[in-house]
Amino acid sequence: MTQPLAPPPRKNPARRTPVPTLPPGTRSRAALGLSLAAAQGRFQLQTCTDCGAVQYPPRDACHRCLSTALAWQDQPRGAQLLAETTIHASPDPYFRERLPWRAGTVQLDAGPVALAHIHGDVLRGARTRMALMLDRAGQGVLVALPEKETPHMQDDPALRAMGTHPRHRRILIADARAPEAPALTRALLDAGAAHVFLGLSERWRPFPAQPTLAAMENVTLHPLDVTDAESITDLAGSIGGKVDILINNARHIRPGGVITGTIHDAGDALEKGALGLMRLAHAFGPALAARGADGVNSAAAWVTVLPAQALAHDPAFAASTAAGAATRALSLSLRAELRAGGIRVLHVHAGPVDDEWHQPLPPPKLAPKALARAIVQGLEQGLEEVHAGDVARDIAERFARNPALLAREMEGGA
Amino acid sequence: MTPLATLTEALATGRVRVIDLTHTLDPDFPVIVLPAEFGQCARFRMDEVSAYDHRGPAWKWHNLSMSEHTGTHFDAPIHWVTGRDVAKGSTDAIDPAAFVGPVCVIDCAEGAAADEDFTLEPSHIDKWEAEHGPIPPGAWVLMRTDWSHRQGAAYLNLKDDGAHSPGPSPAAIRALLKRGITGFGTECVGTDAGQAAHFDPPYPAHALLHGAGKYGLQCLRNLDQLPPTGAVLICPPLKIKGGTGSPLRVLALVEDAQ
Repeated sequence: MTQPLAPPPRKNPARRTPVPTLPPGTRSRAALGLSLAAAQGRFQLQTCTDCGAVQYPPRDACHRCLSTALAWQDQPRGAQLLAETTIHASPDPYFRERLPWRAGTVQLDAGPVALAHIHGDVLRGARTRMALMLDRAGQGVLVALPEKETPHMQDDPALRAMGTHPRHRRILIADARAPEAPALTRALLDAGAAHVFLGLSERWRPFPAQPTLAAMENVTLHPLDVTDAESITDLAGSIGGKVDILINNARHIRPGGVITGTIHDAGDALEKGALGLMRLAHAFGPALAARGADGVNSAAAWVTVLPAQALAHDPAFAASTAAGAATRALSLSLRAELRAGGIRVLHVHAGPVDDEWHQPLPPPKLAPKALARAIVQGLEQGLEEVHAGDVARDIAERFARNPALLAREMEGGA
Repeated sequence: MTPLATLTEALATGRVRVIDLTHTLDPDFPVIVLPAEFGQCARFRMDEVSAYDHRGPAWKWHNLSMSEHTGTHFDAPIHWVTGRDVAKGSTDAIDPAAFVGPVCVIDCAEGAAADEDFTLEPSHIDKWEAEHGPIPPGAWVLMRTDWSHRQGAAYLNLKDDGAHSPGPSPAAIRALLKRGITGFGTECVGTDAGQAAHFDPPYPAHALLHGAGKYGLQCLRNLDQLPPTGAVLICPPLKIKGGTGSPLRVLALVEDAQ
């Protein structure tokens, strides 16, 4: 049985914060397919489109027929634990700090036998449920989970070491005025977050959600405007060392095309989206990256909330989606920069949210509560890419199939 | 002694004091909020270019961005549609003599404290003149409300039906125009009352003043340190080509009471 994770004691200020170490992160190009699947929470293995063989580990050619026509396809998650051991000694700095560590071999229902990390609740010889998960180096690894949910299973040391679960963590939501902020705050606390800091811009404007948020336990509101560098520096100076997860949900969505939209709105969209991300990263990034191994409530993740159309464009929201694309590009670079600190960058692509700026549009629209749920689930599962809502999932699928075709189809709008 | 020599001596001895009527340009200072579908007034922003560091080892400086109408600012006639054809109606073209002149301060603090929708009326102007003499032609007239003492959300005082803050009635603006004033200033975020959209004409301080080629000042402070009459206002806006207004430093010269 997994021991529930106790809330961490206050940090000993006299001790050096452990420098983040990472598990081995080098992969072949073929093996990166595991990481792509893990980033989305999918269980995919390399499959030969000529002979149908499923293979593991990934290679450049089919192990049975030598064909190079290999595709990544979703596979059944079932497996049988064949052998397992608990490692007590390792020369690898990352694993040395986390011993003992359980590993073993599994017979996948999909065919191959694979080496995997083993959850503590998987009994010898048991059936298991396989997952591809990102490890601290951001690479996809096989994890054998109990076939059925067990109590506190997310608190397993291996899962905690790999994951970004909000439990016991302190989380900053950059924009309290965004439509999903109240639901997101509630969902994070329900997931076990120790504290939620909310950034509130322009306190001189009315903020109807303020009494509700201010009354919640373990929630505090702080002056923060992602377009104002000074406000970010001030807040980072105050709480930068205890933000374990940063959720950058600031974005400026306005209708309008390239000709019909205003430069002003385009500027605001870039200031709030792309440059806002950079300002937040300047102030909060160094402390996040330095605290990737800081105990139970180590820094774990950065979340960027993007419009689903950041993958393409939407002529009806030209500037907003262009700013989304710019924000995504910056966030991908940020992902590379934070990787060394073991910090995961989660992109949550949100379909049109049911708010005032999408009011005349027909459904399906994403309820703010559903967006909040998608963000929290992404953190709980340690993902890098989440597509929230039908529109976002549809755009992602079409983008994966054929980006040029998607661009053409988007001429008619999302 | 020449008049200017007398002035500089009085400044040196403190018989004439300089009062700052300006709010600090601060990213967190409120700006006017329009319906969301309209273009919005930019907030004041400072981006650090270098600070004695690798970006510039011996110097610190910032790039600034803001609206012409951010913070304590000047409104030129071309700011409003009624003033669009006023000759020399932009900040770069206005005769600089308009930026220095006598200033009359009408104290409406009591009224504004009792009623956040307080309006300045011709009767208040008549009463002021009965006490302090006629408003001279070319004067700046400032409406003191002590509204600048308000902070945070209480400053714009936005409610579901819009802003609630004091300002002049259409009749009061007409009365001031009859006296040949140079401009009109307030402590609120605009020269008009918060609910002035419902006046006839809407936004009289903008529509009537600028239509008549007069100027506006808003977001003023320290008006409680000015005498009702006898002070000199100094309010030169930035010389922006075609500028509709400008953030500025507003000063007043005040004679010591002795």
